[in-house]
Amino acid sequence: MSDIMGLKAKLGLDVFKHDNEPHIKIKPGMERDPRLKRAVLVCPAGLYSLNAEGEVELTIDGCLECGTCRIACGVEVLDWNYPTGGAGVQFRFG
Amino acid sequence: MEKFDVIIVGGGLAGLAAAYTLAQQELEVLVLEKGDYPGAKNVTGGRIYVSPVRDLFPDLWAKAPLERFIAHEGVTMMAKERSVSIAYHGQELLEEPYQSYSILRAKFDRWFAKQAERKGAMLVTKSRVDEVIIEDGKVCGVWAGGDELRADVVIACDGVLSLTAEKAGLRKPGNPHDFAVGFKEVIELPAETIENRFNLTDNEGAAHMFMGEVTRGKFGGGFLYTNKESLSLGIVVGIKDLMEDQPAIEAPVLLDEFKQRPEIAALIRGGETVEYSAHVIPEGGLNALTKLTGNGIVVAGDAAGFSMNIGVTVRGMEYALASGYYAAQAVLKAREAEDYSAGSLAVYEQLLKDSFVMKDFNSFRNAPEALENPRLFTHYPELLGNVMRDMYHMPAGPKDRLYPTVMKYMKFNDLLKMFGDFRKVKKI
Repeated sequence: MSDIMGLKAKLGLDVFKHDNEPHIKIKPGMERDPRLKRAVLVCPAGLYSLNAEGEVELTIDGCLECGTCRIACGVEVLDWNYPTGGAGVQFRFG
Repeated sequence: MEKFDVIIVGGGLAGLAAAYTLAQQELEVLVLEKGDYPGAKNVTGGRIYVSPVRDLFPDLWAKAPLERFIAHEGVTMMAKERSVSIAYHGQELLEEPYQSYSILRAKFDRWFAKQAERKGAMLVTKSRVDEVIIEDGKVCGVWAGGDELRADVVIACDGVLSLTAEKAGLRKPGNPHDFAVGFKEVIELPAETIENRFNLTDNEGAAHMFMGEVTRGKFGGGFLYTNKESLSLGIVVGIKDLMEDQPAIEAPVLLDEFKQRPEIAALIRGGETVEYSAHVIPEGGLNALTKLTGNGIVVAGDAAGFSMNIGVTVRGMEYALASGYYAAQAVLKAREAEDYSAGSLAVYEQLLKDSFVMKDFNSFRNAPEALENPRLFTHYPELLGNVMRDMYHMPAGPKDRLYPTVMKYMKFNDLLKMFGDFRKVKKI
């Protein structure tokens, strides 16, 4: 369907290969940093969310490796790397 | 430890262009690609301009797996409840050699890599570069997946974030102001349906840009390209605007809203979304380019910032191909001189200056600033929509004369502002 589908369903169309550990991590103690809140808006995969305690949480499954969060939030709050070789998203169309 | 003449980090267009060019000259070239195959991590909106790079790779294009040649161009100013479009058709767009094509990168890059391998380049996939080896201030190789790989020179073509160039000290993590994010769906439809909906004959294709409400007035726009049996439909929006501008909106919502616009819904009806992808795009222009050379290292493609938005066209892939080609030429010259220092490799910068790449970046150096005007994305689409609405409106009673109908939107103050906007835009 090209109708409006949830983001999860949309990401479910993509091919992802498992990585042993998350390639992007919120740096410890930075969960409430205002810079991190930008990721909630900018992430095209909607992987960042704000919890009831005002902390930003990141689910790495479905990461498109676009790099937007690294640009928007910066490397002081994010420990950012690409997945291990051969892991992560594998675009079939691109 | 293994030693090569040249290590290229990243099997995208810049890296493969460099590999193809160098392997032709029988250098030992190693391309490291972190994806399962070249193109696995690469995303495009959808159109490559071939004309500027055709002669750099004369043998490449005849069999290249491109999608459709772009024979129909369109731009739509989108207001909240209406839109106004301009369509451009011309005999010149129908004549070979065609200037641009729609493209899907997973397909094209994989094929291009095969051509580079045929010339003798060595490609290793599933290989992420973890460290850059720097000795006595010179880049001597990389660590990738536990292997120490050395070379006379490294070409960093690892994309818009280029961790390789960053580790070599040639760039810093980017500033949101200089980057946009693009995200798109590939929507499959039968070729015949695409041809009927877009008025295409055979392998003709259409390209369409949208600005205004499509990004809720934020810097950016929407795009639609026809592929052979799919559409590439997506949004590009400035990261700074997206994270700061009001109204705050989550990026994915923009694309969902775009798809629901009646102008778009009719075009994609019955199609099946088969992939959702996203990528950062460098849009800072000349002033945001990184350092291009260091001791033992050259930077090309998105990694160097070679991508440009001048409103009606957004370009990147031909700059990637050309900069990869010139990086290779610079390496060949450095090899002749047996000197891979930054000074020797700086011939790369001269080659780029003499080419369309830096000529374009100089010509359009004011484009990022000129396009930063929010009125372009809010005021004008609404204005144009309102003018058209009033001109076409047929009231139950008598109709106003056309001239006053239009001029009521162009009072002295409006004209003054428009003149100011025009002065900015004419710098493009």
